[in-house]
Amino acid sequence: MSIDLEQFHQAFFEESFEGLDEMENELLELDMGSADRESINTIFRAAHSIKGGSATFGFTDVAEFTHRMETLLDEMRDGRREATSEAVNLLLGSVDCLRDLLGAQRDNSEADKENVIGLQQQLDEMLSTGLDSVAQIEDSNAKTSKEKQHESSNCEEVEWLIQFHPHPHMLRTGNEPLRMFNELALLGELEVRVDSSKLPAFCDIAFDECYLSWELVLKGSIKREQITEIFEWVDDDCDLSIELKEAKTEVVPELVDEKEEALQSIKKPKERRTTPERRKSSSLSEASSIRVGIDKIDELVNLVSELVITQSMLSQTNEHDSGNQDKLLNGLAQLERNTRELQESVMRIRMLPISFAFNRFPRMVHDLTQKLDKKVELKMSGENTELDKTVMEKIGDPLVHLVRNSLDHGIETPEVRLQNGKPEVGVLHLNAYHQGGNIVIEISDDGAGLNSERIAAKAIAQGLIDENEVLTKEKIYELIFSAGFSTAETLSDVSGRGVGMDVVKRNIKDLGGSIEVTSEEGAGSTFTIRLPLTLAILDGQLIRVGDETYIIPLVSIEETFQVSYELINTIANGTELYRLRDEYIPIVRLYNIFNVIPEHTELTEGLLVVVESDGRKVGLFVDDLLGQQQVVIKGLEANFRRVEGVSGATILGDGTVSLILDIGGLIEFARNRQINAVA
Amino acid sequence: MNVVTQEMEAEVSHIINSADSNQYLTFILGKEEYGIDILRVQEIKGWDAITTIPNTPEYIKGVINLRGTIVPIIDLREKLLLGNKSYGPTTVVIVLKVESEKGNRIVGIVVDAVSDVYSIGLNELKPAPDFGGAIGTEYVRGLATVEEKMVILLNIDELLNVGVLNAINSEVG
Repeated sequence: MSIDLEQFHQAFFEESFEGLDEMENELLELDMGSADRESINTIFRAAHSIKGGSATFGFTDVAEFTHRMETLLDEMRDGRREATSEAVNLLLGSVDCLRDLLGAQRDNSEADKENVIGLQQQLDEMLSTGLDSVAQIEDSNAKTSKEKQHESSNCEEVEWLIQFHPHPHMLRTGNEPLRMFNELALLGELEVRVDSSKLPAFCDIAFDECYLSWELVLKGSIKREQITEIFEWVDDDCDLSIELKEAKTEVVPELVDEKEEALQSIKKPKERRTTPERRKSSSLSEASSIRVGIDKIDELVNLVSELVITQSMLSQTNEHDSGNQDKLLNGLAQLERNTRELQESVMRIRMLPISFAFNRFPRMVHDLTQKLDKKVELKMSGENTELDKTVMEKIGDPLVHLVRNSLDHGIETPEVRLQNGKPEVGVLHLNAYHQGGNIVIEISDDGAGLNSERIAAKAIAQGLIDENEVLTKEKIYELIFSAGFSTAETLSDVSGRGVGMDVVKRNIKDLGGSIEVTSEEGAGSTFTIRLPLTLAILDGQLIRVGDETYIIPLVSIEETFQVSYELINTIANGTELYRLRDEYIPIVRLYNIFNVIPEHTELTEGLLVVVESDGRKVGLFVDDLLGQQQVVIKGLEANFRRVEGVSGATILGDGTVSLILDIGGLIEFARNRQINAVA
Repeated sequence: MNVVTQEMEAEVSHIINSADSNQYLTFILGKEEYGIDILRVQEIKGWDAITTIPNTPEYIKGVINLRGTIVPIIDLREKLLLGNKSYGPTTVVIVLKVESEKGNRIVGIVVDAVSDVYSIGLNELKPAPDFGGAIGTEYVRGLATVEEKMVILLNIDELLNVGVLNAINSEVG
């Protein structure tokens, strides 16, 4: 009889969170334009399925909460209520709250109760206000929900006497008195007296008839509408009388405080959203799975079957005649092509459109612009550009930071914009596209732009550069990525603390990418992020030292040449320098660093590979260059540990393992060794 | 009929006995015989070409490619200070699953030769006397006598996690 419902929980949560995302997106669309019926329908459907699902699984708090949202949406859908920005904001808050509730159910943790109750009250209040006439709606629109909340909490403490006599068939209409009483109890102090006098003898009881009636006393600062609202659904199925019993004039202070608190917590959704507990749980659940389009799977199945065909073709060639080399070569060529295609489509499974990272921005921009009193239009393009899931996860936070920065510091307030002859509404543009093996993400705004003089002055004041240094604009702009640098005149909780841009840059560097900024004063600035499409594959240059083969990432190689004897110089501590055009670059003998026996120890007999990392250049002395190839990166940490100067390993064509050099780490390692040798 | 019952009884008693006894794979290092929990052995393979890792102790021979996984290889003879021995045709690599708090690792150990598989009951284990040496008692699960020979049963998790990997970390810095 009992079915284990838990097996469906995972799917329910996934669907619900998707539904919430959809609701959020549609709500934001609503906010921007006029109320489109179809989008209200979409929101309503999402809310409805969440309600249905959560009721099935017994998540009553979710179901009850969603029910209120649904009622509100239903009124909007029928055109009985206008989609005001107030209502939309309340619904957005409710979406957040639902997310919290669902998350709590999923992780068996506690949701923010106060917030839930506060929002429930707000929803109830909105539901109870004016349905009948437009005038009333307008009246309620004129006041913000906060004001209304105040009004209601300050209004008189009253006692309502409710006589509730359901008709016998009420239960058959799907109404449950207990649920209504629970809702009443949320409004205030509730006393319930049941009248069971009409209860027949046990043998005469029909299980779906209601024989009971109730007398309820509800205490609190409650309006009649709030009560009738709850009984609205059973209006035709019962005899109901609601009377004022007696009125007290005093205001109960605790109650006000409580509501204030609830309000406070509603007003600060940002803080709540970043509580550590919550973050932990969401990262836990994200790591586990990836949704893959069926077309990608089909492609894989197709490729594998082709591979099988090629394989059987090859084995037949082998069996039947030994002389037919052409056939064998053909088969091998096909095999090669198949393998490459297979690899590509397997890699594509890990790729997701960047819209997954972009999707959070409409909401963020909406919230932040309200907070900052700015008018900003968010434009997004290239949302379908795909990149690796791991890269996407790691680029999320830096992107958020950059968008916040643009909103806070970049785009000016409407007044300033008008003064400067710009349109009142600023534009923030997120763009993504592929370029070579990279994905490029641009964040541009048409705001004030970077003030190079102010940045330079600040940098001098903070001792980052010398007063007499003459820098190009580009160099000055780069200073904003230095640690501890901030030009914001006032600190806000949005941004401006000077931690951040350096972290953004470091995060992007860790991913093997780069960030640059271009700006025109008064016309806006553009941040351009370049990232590798995937972290799993790397273009490498194979080099040889003695019997060992190492791989240098192609991106860090500047040039390679044979050493001319005259250009080698030494300085006192034995460091060898090489004069490369107008630069002196230190020579690092790789065999020294790695303790291997080289073929050549004379600099002129080997090759010098000039590599660069973090603006530092060194010449790596190696025996020989082998080939260039794409290599699949494998970690050494999984079964061993991190090795200094090595970022990972790969397996070469002959099945042997080769180490991939970590150029930054290697330069650091060589430098420390030199310093230690001298000391 | 009778034979079947006897066989079943033998099997049952074997299962009962095996509840408090473990099977150990033993291998030879010099003149000594060591044993490791057979459930930890993933495979046994011949000695093959290896990629050395720079700046690691001598007993870390390097890494190999085990069907796409990078597996470090440790020479147990050198780790236990039993002296060097050139690798010969019987030299084998035992690939082990090592459990640590960070999850499982795959590690290969180089030994002179694989010897046998013994079933040794827990009550047959004798504690190793604390008498110094290259191998601390914490790495030895116990000593057992099999066919008049002493077999040293190793605590492979402790030895490879604490004795090898952590040791390199502190040596290198």
